[in-house]
Amino acid sequence: MWIYEKKLMFPVKIKCPDARLAKIMVEQYGGADGELGASVRYLSQKFTMVTPQARAVLNDIATEEFAHEEMMGAITCQLLCGLTPDEIVKGGLDAYYVAHGQGVYPSSAAGVPFSACALQSKGDPVTDLYEDLAAEKKALKTYDYLIDLTMDPDVLKPLRFLREREIVHFQRFGEALDIVKNYLSETKVFDMSSAETKK
Amino acid sequence: MDRDMLLKSLTELDFMAVDIGLFLDTHPTNKDAIAAYNKIVKAADTVRVKYEKIAGPMCSFRSINRCEDAWAYAADPWPWCADANYSISEEECC
Repeated sequence: MWIYEKKLMFPVKIKCPDARLAKIMVEQYGGADGELGASVRYLSQKFTMVTPQARAVLNDIATEEFAHEEMMGAITCQLLCGLTPDEIVKGGLDAYYVAHGQGVYPSSAAGVPFSACALQSKGDPVTDLYEDLAAEKKALKTYDYLIDLTMDPDVLKPLRFLREREIVHFQRFGEALDIVKNYLSETKVFDMSSAETKK
Repeated sequence: MDRDMLLKSLTELDFMAVDIGLFLDTHPTNKDAIAAYNKIVKAADTVRVKYEKIAGPMCSFRSINRCEDAWAYAADPWPWCADANYSISEEECC
């Protein structure tokens, strides 16, 4: 089960609401390569993973991604809070506003609602871990692009923290893949004689 | 220490524990990492007790509700509000 702890993994304290930034930040909240997709992907894949180490990596990174999802929600929420209608129109947030007001909704920056179509759980440990390595790289690039378009230091700080976590997760998935490949290539010996004597 | 200082300390210690825990998932026999992990978890537990005395319970089913008249866990502020978070200087962050 899970324990909710009443704090963010890294603080989000934004002073200036910003419609344009809110519009693009939802990409990591509900976009194809965002935190929600990452969490659900790893959570689903853990059930068929082999080796205790790789199971632990999937379980624990899925858990951490959900803490990241809360941070992206907090960023979006604080950027939306207190915007005037004029600022919403100027920031290009009007289409989002008419659908969600100042609510936080899991969609891409282009407005496509979150979909499990963006992730896989293939039931094969090696296939799934390659998908996870790719997922971490895609999330890393999304943070790079968000950072390119962000000037506000209050938004940049949590974005940089989250970006670095993608690098650490990529490293851990790489180690998990090595462990799983070694496990699958081990020579397995079945002792048929002991089975015979039991009869 | 005031609330923000305790929260900052707890956030940092818990983050270290998460990161070393993840390292240990793929390096389960690394004795140095196990020692560091245990040291940090003990330190975090101490700070958590102090923080909860000032700021109220952090968990809905693991924390003691010290206030006898009210369910303090549900009280504001919730962590997604800017007011609930502490400031980080540019030098500390980058």
